[in-house]
Amino acid sequence: MAYTVRRPNLTFWEKIYLPNIIAGLAITFKHLKKMLKGETHVVMQYPEEKWDAHLPEYYRGAPTLVKDEHGRERCVSCQLCEFICPPRAIKITPGSIPSESKFAKVEKFPEAFDIDMSRCIYCGLCEEVCPEQAIFLRKDYAVTGESRADMVHHKEKLYELGGTMPDLVHKWNPEK
Amino acid sequence: MSPILFWIFAALMLAFGVSVVVNRDPVASALSLVASFLCLAALFVGLDAFFIGVIQVLVYAGAVMVLFLFIIMLLDLKAEKRRHFNKLALAGGALVTAGFVAGLVRVLSLYPAGNQPFPPLGVAKLDDVRQVGMTLFSNFNLPFQTVGVLVLVASVGVIVLSRRELK
Amino acid sequence: MELLNTIPWMLIASSVAKTLFLIFLVVLPIVSYTVYAERRVSALIQDRLGPNRTGFPISLFGFKKDLQLFLGGLGQPVADAVKFLLKEEFTPAHVNKFYFWLAPVLAMVPALSTLAVLPFGNYLFGQKMVVADVNVGILYVFAIASIGVYGIVLAGWSSNSKYPFLGGIRASSQMISYELSLGLSAVPVLMIIGNLNLSDAIQYQIDNGWLLLPFTDGKLTLREFLLWIPVLISFIVFTISMFAETNRLPFDLPESETELVAGYHTEYSAMKFALFFLGEYAAMIAGSSIIVVLFLGGWHVPLLPINTLESSMTPGGIALGFLHITAFFAKVIGILIFFIWVRWTLPRFRFDQLMKLGWLYLFEIALVNIFITAGIIALVK
Repeated sequence: MAYTVRRPNLTFWEKIYLPNIIAGLAITFKHLKKMLKGETHVVMQYPEEKWDAHLPEYYRGAPTLVKDEHGRERCVSCQLCEFICPPRAIKITPGSIPSESKFAKVEKFPEAFDIDMSRCIYCGLCEEVCPEQAIFLRKDYAVTGESRADMVHHKEKLYELGGTMPDLVHKWNPEK
Repeated sequence: MSPILFWIFAALMLAFGVSVVVNRDPVASALSLVASFLCLAALFVGLDAFFIGVIQVLVYAGAVMVLFLFIIMLLDLKAEKRRHFNKLALAGGALVTAGFVAGLVRVLSLYPAGNQPFPPLGVAKLDDVRQVGMTLFSNFNLPFQTVGVLVLVASVGVIVLSRRELK
Repeated sequence: MELLNTIPWMLIASSVAKTLFLIFLVVLPIVSYTVYAERRVSALIQDRLGPNRTGFPISLFGFKKDLQLFLGGLGQPVADAVKFLLKEEFTPAHVNKFYFWLAPVLAMVPALSTLAVLPFGNYLFGQKMVVADVNVGILYVFAIASIGVYGIVLAGWSSNSKYPFLGGIRASSQMISYELSLGLSAVPVLMIIGNLNLSDAIQYQIDNGWLLLPFTDGKLTLREFLLWIPVLISFIVFTISMFAETNRLPFDLPESETELVAGYHTEYSAMKFALFFLGEYAAMIAGSSIIVVLFLGGWHVPLLPINTLESSMTPGGIALGFLHITAFFAKVIGILIFFIWVRWTLPRFRFDQLMKLGWLYLFEIALVNIFITAGIIALVK
């Protein structure tokens, strides 16, 4: 149904528009003045000031690999993350754990684990799909590099960023 | 005005004038006309007739030709096709032009004031705007007002004519 | 040889010197720093900071750090200019090449040629600080400003694509419409001054007080007070029309980003785009200068002595001459800041509102204002 919008009845001063322009100019001037006096502080000066302390718990930054409390690589090279990764940023080369190792029961470990950070979309699916809770999205967001090769995070880098996360999975613990 | 500047601007004006006729692209023609007007204005300025020169730019180059160009662009006129010239018409045209030039030369050579340079103006800066205004509004007030009414009638007529189509 | 002697070499030399000084030492720096001011002021108004990092890159010459002056970011215009120069000069395949290249030139040249008649200072080194002191000054400005449409129209048309074309059409109709109210609103001022010469306009304001602030000469007569009303109206109409003529917000319909991508210069890149950009800001400076000359006393500073032709060669006179030039451009910069301030306050008009404002309100107001002024001039002595 047609609906007629009622136009507001403007007073003379509203019709000639100038007082409202001046009011608008006053508002913008107030903002300008407050900025000049340094009373408003909205913008952060990035490299000097950072938001890091205020990042929420659920923040999804760079994906990392973690070790457990025994220093074992949690990743068992099941390659689920490689398959689920939407932009196919993850590339895993599985390797076998030698039978004399105390973690021989685990059977496999990633010989190479590369995440191409120029492709990663920080979706967190790898973290979600991991059965071993080995991959986590941490709060690192300043991922930079001077070449495409620089942007690939290798295994060492991933462990360096991830560190250890104890007491999550106990099934591989060596029997006492 | 320096004679050098006169020759430069006169030559440019004529060159652009020729290019108005010769060009087949209407936009190029219109722009050549603008350039020609600008050179004409420069000639007026060279004669210390600043007011006429500036009005030339303001009215013709700045208002009339902008509308011309506007229309040409809106209609999106394509460049004319090169067509074959009728030899007889060409000869006739040349004859008429030659006759006109001959007549012009004859009249100018007969007109004594046209053959001698005028003495330079007594004052360096003429207050020509005031003089034009005074003449227009005192001696020629009635014709001026009449022309004004005529233009008003013409514009009202144009609006009436263009409105009738919409019915 | 004889022909060469007819040329007044001294006049040409001094005019060239004044032109070079005005364009390269004053106007173009002001243009580039107006762009910077635009970005900084807009940022401050929106509670942001704007470009505050780019210093002068003296670290390229072996210094440890880039030179940061008091505000920071003052090297930004330099960086912008270098960027424009180094970008790829791209000409799309579908454009009308000749006019596509001609249009930026036509946008830049009129804006700069307007400056020729501006009296930007008093006597200095025995020279009057105006390139061409013609007796039709203000008409010349309007004439050249009306030429400025060609650049935009040609850019829109030669780009051969729809958004630039719409921008070009909007620009031409807008500029033709607002030229009327611009010219008519200047008429009351010219009636009061009684002359079209811009130097005389300043001289009148020195003798009788600035038109917008008639008390600057220390007294306020009844006539001045009564004339102040039409002058104020004329100032408002003139300023609004100037906004429309220079395609500034709230009248920036020819390049309204939200509707027309970038309007008439959508297809332009690199230095050709920069010429449009500079032309727009140079037109802004020319417009503000006209406002300053007509309403704010030009280079005149109250209570400051005024150079004569003779005193302008003495050291004190030279200092005074430069002071007057500075005063003129300080006023111009004030108006420019106002332009920027308005731009970041008001939203854009709709096109029919723009036309309605121009033809139904400003035009009539300016016309009636002429009669009011004439009445006051005739009745109050």
